[in-house]
Amino acid sequence: MSEAAAGTVRRRRPPATTAGGRLTRVSGLGLGVAMLWFSLLVLIPLAAVVATAVAGGWDGFWRAVTNDQTAAAIQLTVGTALLVTVVNVVMGTLIAWVLVRDRFAGQRALEVLIDVPFALPTIVAGLVLLSLYGPDSPLGLDVANSRAAVFLAFLFVTLPFVVRTVQPVLAELDREVEEAAASLGASRFTTFRRIILPALAPAIAAGAALSFARGVSEYGSLVLLSGNLPMQTEVTSVRILSSIENDNLDNAAAVATVLLAISFAVIVALDVIQRRVGRRG
Amino acid sequence: MAERQRLRTRGPGRFVTRAIVTAYLFLLVAWPLWLVAQNTFADGFDNLRGILDDPDVVHALQLTVVVAVVAVVINTVFGVGISILIVRYRFPGRRLLNALLDVPLSVSPIVVGLALVLVYGGRSGWFGPGLEDAGLQVIFATPGIILATTFVALPLVIREVVPVLEEIGTEQEQAAQSLGATAAQTFRRITLPAIRWGVTYGVVLSLARSLGEFGAVKVVSGNVLGETRTATLVVEEKYLNFDQGGAYATAFLLALVAVACIVVVSIIRPKEEPR
Repeated sequence: MSEAAAGTVRRRRPPATTAGGRLTRVSGLGLGVAMLWFSLLVLIPLAAVVATAVAGGWDGFWRAVTNDQTAAAIQLTVGTALLVTVVNVVMGTLIAWVLVRDRFAGQRALEVLIDVPFALPTIVAGLVLLSLYGPDSPLGLDVANSRAAVFLAFLFVTLPFVVRTVQPVLAELDREVEEAAASLGASRFTTFRRIILPALAPAIAAGAALSFARGVSEYGSLVLLSGNLPMQTEVTSVRILSSIENDNLDNAAAVATVLLAISFAVIVALDVIQRRVGRRG
Repeated sequence: MAERQRLRTRGPGRFVTRAIVTAYLFLLVAWPLWLVAQNTFADGFDNLRGILDDPDVVHALQLTVVVAVVAVVINTVFGVGISILIVRYRFPGRRLLNALLDVPLSVSPIVVGLALVLVYGGRSGWFGPGLEDAGLQVIFATPGIILATTFVALPLVIREVVPVLEEIGTEQEQAAQSLGATAAQTFRRITLPAIRWGVTYGVVLSLARSLGEFGAVKVVSGNVLGETRTATLVVEEKYLNFDQGGAYATAFLLALVAVACIVVVSIIRPKEEPR
């Protein structure tokens, strides 16, 4: 079975130290250099966002975030991301199920299709969706510049997450327990609800969290597709960008801090889920 | 064979789920992707020839490749190094660092761009003015594009290498060391061959991600024609200027590389599994 981006999408466990070695002089130096680079590239810049937001004071922060247009953008982004996550939980689990438990011609092609949204440049993703669901749609479905376009774009870019977290867990599931349940008279539905679903729940939750985080932070695929109409189809990332372009970095930093808080919450939630799974064995 | 038999006896629900999944993926991914190829070749090769004859587009493609290669090299060296440190050593803050390494995957590309501008911006950034005095312009120049691209693709190599390192354990490394191999020899002769496939997937996925970065690059590049405009920015600019043919052709090239990367990974990966 091919799982091209599985490792990237699947959340990795907190690694077990296999050696538990103490740092030597060389490895200590390596860690220092790596931390310096990571700080310069990621930690200091992200800290600068929060610091700039804080420097504006609570009033400035609150004004930036509750501005009508910004509040509408945040609401649209979070609401659509939640909705898409619900769809992904259902469809992603179903897709993983078909990929693991079914065998048919063309399955490899489906495997590759799952990973396409992960590797495709987001601006290209927008153009791709526009060709089927835009003004020249061969289906006669034109969602461009509407809220449905935001939903569609989120649905496309978050496709791999639930599938790729559920798939490996489902593949390792012990079939004998299901057979035992069936032989004791459980219906297919009962078996699914009582045996399979509980086993998959942590993986589904982890995939849902990743897909929510990805949806909330999406930008590129919306540029051509949603029209970025204020109060209607403008998402949070677009709001931040227009603040940057108006040279209002304080405002941009305040709204960006909201997004960072959401990503942070998702990372913490993932860690909790992973630890609970780890404890269960 | 028994496995197969049992699967086959599972009722008609199988065909329903199969049909739903296939239709969903066809409508969401396959058909739209196909239409881009179709639109690109609507006038034969004119669209492709058009962009390849345009020196600005060619420059953008070259810049994209150079930036992606530099970002992939940085992320590979950093990724392999930090993976070994995290798996093989114990130090305070190891768990926190492990969690932080995933942050770039869930940060909006626009926020990434903003963060880099706030620190490296030439006018008001924390380090920007100092670096500019020293003759290094970061934002609105190639170094900024490289930083943004490196940022967004940072976790990909690590996520592929860490599980492999955990799996192979340390027995062989310890054996090599007890036979007198230096740390460098152990790494080159034992560790590196064992993790080579993990590194390969990480590199291919990072390459796909790096070639396609759009939002973060848009913020830090300034989008100067013929200087800091990358391929993804060309797609946007062409489409908004009603040059749909050019936009589709550039998008087609980018999509081709992305799909090729996925196919390559999906072909090499299973070879390693039945080990």
